[in-house]
Amino acid sequence: MKYASRIYLCLIFSVLYIPIFTLILFSFNVENSTAEFAGFSLRWYIELFNSPETFTALRNTLLLAVLSALLSTVIGTAAAEGIYKMRSRFIKGAITSVTNIPMMNPDIVTGMSMMLFFAAVMGIFKISDYNEIGFAAMLIAHTTFCLPYVILSVLPRINELGDSLSEAALDLGCTPVSAFFRVKLPNIMPGVISGMVMAFTLSLDDFVISYFVGPTNFQTLPLLIYSMTKKKVTPDMYALSTIIIVSVFILLIISNIRSGKRADENKRKRGAVK
Amino acid sequence: MSKLIELKGISKSYDGEKVLEGINLYIRDKEFITLLGPSGCGKTTTLRIIGGFETADEGQLYFDGAEISDVPAYKRPINTVFQKYALFPHLNVYENIAFPLRLKKTPEAEIRERVTEMLKMVALSGFENKSVSTLSGGQQQRVAIARALISHPRVLLLDEPLGALDLKLRKDMQNELKSIQKAIGITFIYVTHDQEEALSMSDTIVVMADGEIQQIGTPTDIYNEPKNAFVADFIGESNIIDGVMLEDRKVRLEGHTFDCLDEGFGRGEPVDVVIRPEDVDVVKPEAGMLTGQVTAVTFKGVHYEIIVDIGGFKWMIQSTDYVAPEATIGLYIEPDAIHVMKKSKYSGKFGDYSSFSDELDQLSDADAAEEF
Repeated sequence: MKYASRIYLCLIFSVLYIPIFTLILFSFNVENSTAEFAGFSLRWYIELFNSPETFTALRNTLLLAVLSALLSTVIGTAAAEGIYKMRSRFIKGAITSVTNIPMMNPDIVTGMSMMLFFAAVMGIFKISDYNEIGFAAMLIAHTTFCLPYVILSVLPRINELGDSLSEAALDLGCTPVSAFFRVKLPNIMPGVISGMVMAFTLSLDDFVISYFVGPTNFQTLPLLIYSMTKKKVTPDMYALSTIIIVSVFILLIISNIRSGKRADENKRKRGAVK
Repeated sequence: MSKLIELKGISKSYDGEKVLEGINLYIRDKEFITLLGPSGCGKTTTLRIIGGFETADEGQLYFDGAEISDVPAYKRPINTVFQKYALFPHLNVYENIAFPLRLKKTPEAEIRERVTEMLKMVALSGFENKSVSTLSGGQQQRVAIARALISHPRVLLLDEPLGALDLKLRKDMQNELKSIQKAIGITFIYVTHDQEEALSMSDTIVVMADGEIQQIGTPTDIYNEPKNAFVADFIGESNIIDGVMLEDRKVRLEGHTFDCLDEGFGRGEPVDVVIRPEDVDVVKPEAGMLTGQVTAVTFKGVHYEIIVDIGGFKWMIQSTDYVAPEATIGLYIEPDAIHVMKKSKYSGKFGDYSSFSDELDQLSDADAAEEF
């Protein structure tokens, strides 16, 4: 029984990770072949960094991810605080459900509705070239679909914190605004940061919505890779994927270490209270 | 001693349920006043209205002669020590205490001086760089007090500040709070459900029940001259017996006419009579004004607690002499041990020890404590 469970575990991990390792391996291949590994080289990495198209796409993707993560974090945190402050339990529940709908909604529906929306905007403002508002449209679209995730990550923190610290801050002379920034924000920061990281990664690997909303003059990496697969996949895409995988892996380790530290702190706190 | 804070006709309800009903109260400068009552009596709501965390539905709040009903909490020269301390977990002890001064952009040197002084006052010197989450309950309490006092407020509100501490620590902190209040000479408004705490610390006690003030007075007034059955029962132990006022200084109860010191009631007016357990002398049956049968005796250390059945009504008596259960004893009561009260809506609800048991008392105490 013990062996069976181990074998099962190995099987799952091999299915999950063998394709990824193959991809990483072949990104270091000398030859343009997916069948045999002819020798180690950084050829495809060099080629990748020499291709201006890839580089622009990478820059676009990062720019969009950073901006939409920042925007959605600011708006989402404000929204979470607003939802927390609502008096009526009914409206509170209704608003929370409404903000959650975009998460359940298939991306393809969100993408299409966004596309229609921006087409309507072009019509109303008499804009003939979509490229003019393309970047703004992408930013709005990405911020919008990241928003519920930020709220989902921040709201429980705010609920958990309660009013006592804010009241103490007000009592000691803070205005409501400075009470939020001086006391509440630092104490919900872990939720805000994890919301931002989530928004960043969601924006980074979004394909479906970008496919519908993206203008021709602002291509992101997922869109570029997709357009390349229509021709022939070259190993420089493996190199790119490897870089992405490693980045995500590092990000994950960092966030795990952070939350591990936090768990320790909480344990200490609880111990101290007793 | 002038009026520093005045509440005029304050009422408040939550979801249609009245929590405060026409509260009129003034608080003098530099006094230690305690709002005392069971859970749900409205004492914390009163405190929160004074602090500015709740607004009253009706009535006005005055501070130093000016109305402050609509002044937000952060503009009131009133600071609070919260029930669960509400220390800022992201700041260390030093920064927690320095917080109000930082808001006012006080120079660094002055902050250092004042925080050091405060830490000395609450006996926490050397704790500057500790994280507040590593402190014990008593230490957190001291930090909360230091933080509330550093900006020299005119009034300090304390919301059951000792509720979470164990008994020994609570006694120490009671003395410490009292001496801090004397030393800095400001008004303390203290909320508690612990009558002993209220009696030992306060200059004035405000007894509250059901959103109304039952009685305002000094601890001795409240204890010796309770206004109604609720106050008599809530503060200390008391036997509350139905009686009839025959004339001034004469009250009849349990078939015996007693001399007393109370005047000003109508002839033949039904009244509540309070007799404290420690004021009853146990004598031989033939020498007693009343006789009864002992139903239970409990040794309490300093005294015995004796439950006596007199005509179906169970009295509690505290005596240093042992009496055997089932024995018939006589009771002797001095005129000044008798306190006569007007009938109120609380008459008949309190003061009979027929269902009394120590365990039951502790259980209900624990329940009351948990509600906070």
